[in-house]
Amino acid sequence: MVSLFRKRKVAQVPVRDERFQIQVRGLHKRFGDNEVLRGVDLDIERHQINIIIGGSGQGKSVLLKHLIGLIKPDQGQILVDGMDIVPLKDYQLNEVRRKFGMLFQYAALFDSLTVEENVAFPLVEHTKKSKAEVREIVRAKLDALGLHGTEKRFPSELSGGMRKRVGLARALVLEPDILMYDEPTTGLDPIATKNVDNMIAETAERLGVTSVVISHDMASTFRIGDRIAMLNEGTIVVVGTPAEIMHNDHPVLREFLTTSGVVGHR
Amino acid sequence: MSNGSAAAQTPRRRMAQDAGRLVGKATGPALNVLEEIGNTVTLMGQAFFWLFRRPFRWRQMLQSMEFIGVDSIPVILLVGLFVGAAFSLQTVSAFRMFSADAMVGSTVTLALCRELGPVLAAIMVTARVGSAMATELGSMRITEQIDALHTMAVNPVQYLVTPRIVASIIMVPLLNMVFVVVGVLGAYLVAVGVLGVDKGYFLSNIDWYVDIEDIVQGLVKASVFGLALSSIGCYQGFYAKGGARGVGLATTRAVVQACVSILVLDYFLTDVLFAVQG
Ligand SMILES: Nc1ncnc2c1ncn2[C@@H]1O[C@H](COP(=O)(O)OP(=O)(O)OP(=O)(O)O)[C@@H](O)[C@H]1O
Ligand SMILES: [Mg+2]
Repeated sequence: MVSLFRKRKVAQVPVRDERFQIQVRGLHKRFGDNEVLRGVDLDIERHQINIIIGGSGQGKSVLLKHLIGLIKPDQGQILVDGMDIVPLKDYQLNEVRRKFGMLFQYAALFDSLTVEENVAFPLVEHTKKSKAEVREIVRAKLDALGLHGTEKRFPSELSGGMRKRVGLARALVLEPDILMYDEPTTGLDPIATKNVDNMIAETAERLGVTSVVISHDMASTFRIGDRIAMLNEGTIVVVGTPAEIMHNDHPVLREFLTTSGVVGHR
Repeated sequence: MSNGSAAAQTPRRRMAQDAGRLVGKATGPALNVLEEIGNTVTLMGQAFFWLFRRPFRWRQMLQSMEFIGVDSIPVILLVGLFVGAAFSLQTVSAFRMFSADAMVGSTVTLALCRELGPVLAAIMVTARVGSAMATELGSMRITEQIDALHTMAVNPVQYLVTPRIVASIIMVPLLNMVFVVVGVLGAYLVAVGVLGVDKGYFLSNIDWYVDIEDIVQGLVKASVFGLALSSIGCYQGFYAKGGARGVGLATTRAVVQACVSILVLDYFLTDVLFAVQG
């Protein structure tokens, strides 16, 4: 059985493996006295939905920001398609970043731009499409996410859940190779949650993108995940398929599963 | 016994700590100031580096110019008029003592061109725009909008900082011109209109004593002040941290640092420009 998040004891230069879009080795990061990542090893499998779970404050967002070069690690390697991005300068990273789309935990919409301009932003920056084409693409994306008619509004005029979906539209609009979602469904109602889940699954399916999803929502995780990894106290403690995760007996994982009601007590 | 020695050691250790802290307190601020200046200049350098990379951000540049320049005109008009008027009032009453009130026009104009125009225009712009830069970039930083630009492979320095700095370098000198013109007008109204100074002397003395160098000196100063206040405002905002409180602190620091820098730079620029212009 091929394991997609492979865990290794020793940090070493991984041999390039085509199955993995991103390979993380021995990642360490501390903020002052707060040692957040303590040697994370993680493989992100190509064309799959890779889900990272873990308690609040365990460093999931920090890990995700490392993958796209927003934060430099103190130690360790991050290989994106076999290239170590840790030593890259900012302008060199721009090439790598075009492979990515990212949804931030709090959406991070530009509040001086309208919804339409926000979603159009990556298209305007990185394609030569005409205004009409851009508008058409943006409208289609917004409609698909149930945001019809919000084009001219500003982010401050939207609800938290709507903002999140606009952020999702902005991440998806360039149809990148890798999509990273930081808690895409937190704060959404059950129906919107399901829609967003479907959108993530469908995008992964249709475009063959590699997805990295941070989630607290265990139901979603098991609905769409191909591979699940758990981050706890600065390392990846469990990785596997949903079926493997379901039967793993790591105590923190068990508690996660039972309290969220995905598996029963006893 | 062991208790006694521990008790004896504690005050001594505390004294050493206090001394250390005092030394730190005395030298810390000086080092911090140097570090802060260094960091601000580094950001300024990056802004110019990105000015010459594609794409050129026309839209951001024009927006910044409008916000910094056009929108500042009303306040510059108001302040310029009253500064010129008050200065004229002072000068006339002083010069009357030795019947030199014919010199009022040139004195006021020279002072406005070389000193009051650039310094006060820059301080007004700091209050209006430098603070806004710190607040706006600061809230973009804490809401991860700057990170979002990074992830979309758009350089945030090029997108946010370069237009603001370039627009300030261009617009503050223009605002300085506006300031000088309305300042002279205010001085004229008070001197000639209210205090009865001879109109012909007032104007011909300006023509005679005010050279193009004086105007250039003011413009050079104003553009340096524009560079300083925008770099400081952008730096404070761009690296803000610690939530809404952090943004507030960044804004305060930006305004204080920019005002102090303008006044300190003014002295050194005057010195240098007099040396250069002879
Ligand atoms: N820029 C930063 N500076 C200092 N500390 C930080 C920074 N970013 C994150 N941290 C710290 O790192 C730790 C992990 O934060 P992170 O946001 O990754 O948690 P998380 O797992 O995403 O939690 P949540 O599920 O609540 O979003 C926290 O203790 C946080 O205080
Ligand atoms: Mg998080």
